[in-house]
Amino acid sequence: MSDMMRNSLFFGAMALLIIGEGMFVSWNSALFILNFGLISAILALGVNLQWGFAGLFNVGVMGFVALGGLAVVLTSMPPVGEAWNAGGVRVIAGLLIGAASVVSAVFTYKKLAGRARAIGTVAVLLVGFFLYRAVFDPAVQAIEAVNPAGTGYLGGLGLPVLLSWPVGGLLAAGAAWLVGKTALGLRSDYLAIATLGIAEIIIAVMKNEDWLARGVKNVNGLPRPMPYEIDLQQSESFIATAQSLGIDPVTASTLYVKLGYSVLFTAVLVLILVAAQLALHSPWGRMMRAIRDNEVAAEAMGKDVTRRHLQIFVLGSAICGIAGAMMTTLDGQLTPGSYQPLRYTFLIWVMVIVGGSGNNLGAVLGGFLIFYLYTKVEVWGPDIMEFVTIGLADDNALKIHLIESAAHMRLLTMGVILLLVLRFSPRGLIPEK
Amino acid sequence: MDFLNGFVALSNFVLIPAIAYGSQLALGALGVTLIYGILRFSNFAHGDTMAFGSMLAVLVTWWLQGMGVSLGPLPTALLALPLAILGTMALVLITDRAVYRFYREQKAKPVILVIVSMGVMFILNGLVRFVIGPNDQKFLDGERFIISVREFKAMTGLREGLAIKTTQGLTVVVAVVCVAALFWFLNRTRTGKSMRAYSDNEDLALLSGIDPERVVMYTWLIVAALATIAGTLYGLDKSFKPFVYFMLLLPIFASAILGGLGNPLGAIAGGFIIAFSEVTITYAWKKVLKYWMPEPLEPDGLVQLLSTDYKFAVSFVILIAVLLFKPTGIFKGKAV
Repeated sequence: MSDMMRNSLFFGAMALLIIGEGMFVSWNSALFILNFGLISAILALGVNLQWGFAGLFNVGVMGFVALGGLAVVLTSMPPVGEAWNAGGVRVIAGLLIGAASVVSAVFTYKKLAGRARAIGTVAVLLVGFFLYRAVFDPAVQAIEAVNPAGTGYLGGLGLPVLLSWPVGGLLAAGAAWLVGKTALGLRSDYLAIATLGIAEIIIAVMKNEDWLARGVKNVNGLPRPMPYEIDLQQSESFIATAQSLGIDPVTASTLYVKLGYSVLFTAVLVLILVAAQLALHSPWGRMMRAIRDNEVAAEAMGKDVTRRHLQIFVLGSAICGIAGAMMTTLDGQLTPGSYQPLRYTFLIWVMVIVGGSGNNLGAVLGGFLIFYLYTKVEVWGPDIMEFVTIGLADDNALKIHLIESAAHMRLLTMGVILLLVLRFSPRGLIPEK
Repeated sequence: MDFLNGFVALSNFVLIPAIAYGSQLALGALGVTLIYGILRFSNFAHGDTMAFGSMLAVLVTWWLQGMGVSLGPLPTALLALPLAILGTMALVLITDRAVYRFYREQKAKPVILVIVSMGVMFILNGLVRFVIGPNDQKFLDGERFIISVREFKAMTGLREGLAIKTTQGLTVVVAVVCVAALFWFLNRTRTGKSMRAYSDNEDLALLSGIDPERVVMYTWLIVAALATIAGTLYGLDKSFKPFVYFMLLLPIFASAILGGLGNPLGAIAGGFIIAFSEVTITYAWKKVLKYWMPEPLEPDGLVQLLSTDYKFAVSFVILIAVLLFKPTGIFKGKAV
């Protein structure tokens, strides 16, 4: 019962923080924190599944988040017919050739032995690579030449945007399967470096392959599951309702849209949280924790450790992919240049550690709390600096510099929080039972 | 003549940049590998330690420039290095006292130390941005070139030019001096030998009376010096931007793992292999091949295997290949 009490207290306090933001700053800002908090909580659940349940050290979260974002474009944007005619089939043929040459290289490696093996594998890869480039490159040029300022890419499938969330999960799961197949079974630090690398590569691909999602030219105006504020402001029934509630219609429309997202996100979070809780308390969850705590013993008991690791790695990454798709939907645009590892990988780790690794509720709490602090510290920083430097003259160079760079305090604060929690409460705010 | 022209083009665009970049990576990888060998964890904060050290170097350089001090043809940053190294040494020693030592005493698992180093990474990253801001900073002065393209062409009469930047020459010279000093220290001095003994077998080293705290302290001091030098050289050669050092983490780790984590010689070899692969695979070979291939075979395209934006992919693929086929690296590293 005391656990229950303490958890309710934590979540109640968190709710108060967000409500306080609404009362004293603005409800728009409060809903912004709530929405991103919900997404962060889902991300933290995904990482907690990998780290808390299975002890897998994945620092490639950013890559899976970005893949989720890519899924939104590929699913929901209307297809560009002209680009498809220009080289759609050829691009796909090129990709298939690329995939086929990798598969046949693996096959050659497995079938041959000795020196023939090395030479054969390299030869297959080289031939495959040049064949792939020969088919692929002209198609890419043709596609990117179609109205480069407006489209210059293949477009998506034109399906409802909500469908892109599960698609984002699938895309991330597929990538995770490939990574896991090669990198799992390595020591934990090696897995960390490998995932760090794959995340950078995914971002590099998204920045450079303009035919796919316009690269750094960004895709704007993604379809939304919510109506546009402008349309609401012109709808007479909406204006009437807003006025009867005593809210200015413009504010009301933004709040309405944000609240709609909150409801959708909450539904996803609850779904994933319930699934994760059930999984944690099922025999499967107990087996995972047994593997985490002692791999050798679990293996001796006949558990297939590598397979189980692969399974949970794929599941956790899929959750990150879903969250990534949600985030891009909320933003309404895909900007590959904005993915930063500190924000999308390491910050999620801070959430999991601070919340309590191995505990789903802890991960959710960590997601909300850390995102709240991450947003607020940027605002509080300059105020605090103003206060600290109150004795200095207003044109003092040091004072100006301190106040201007105070916004960078938030990274520092996150580091301090992480270190303090690791030192004094290494099991997090809501520890694993 | 054609062969010479081709070779000069190759040197200008591939060999010289790769040697300079390789030296910078090697110095960075040495730091990572030493921490791994002695403290037994992968230090994610290494990139930001480099950023911190270079930031100090930039600040001291500005101060020296303001006082009118200069080294003539050489960058003033060289004069700033010793002070910057001292500052970074102070920083890592404070970090070790305040953060890492607690976990060492607890005999925490390596992965916990990695997470702790993530926290340190955040703090250093924030600190650097706080002090100097997230933007590009220029601190290079002195002569820009040892040989410029025009001089070289006039000297040799070749069609292709060769340029060697002062910073490239400087990088190689400083790197050679550092590595020589490091190996002399590790192989010839008492402290160096105790460091290697501790790295090879902790229990045996403790039994023979080696003070672990002393070994750890010296390791941090050396790592601080290496990180500052590597970071400053990189900053001089390219440009100083805090975020770039974080991105260097991947090729640096790839170099260290490729050579065998915990093995200093391997770190150097790994640095050069990674640098050469990155540059050769992302270089457009047309310029060189047009001299070396017979007329009818001359390539039409750029003959660039991958666009430069994929250079991370190169280090990554090499890394994965090594991990799959030879997990202890080329030179035998520690396989824990």
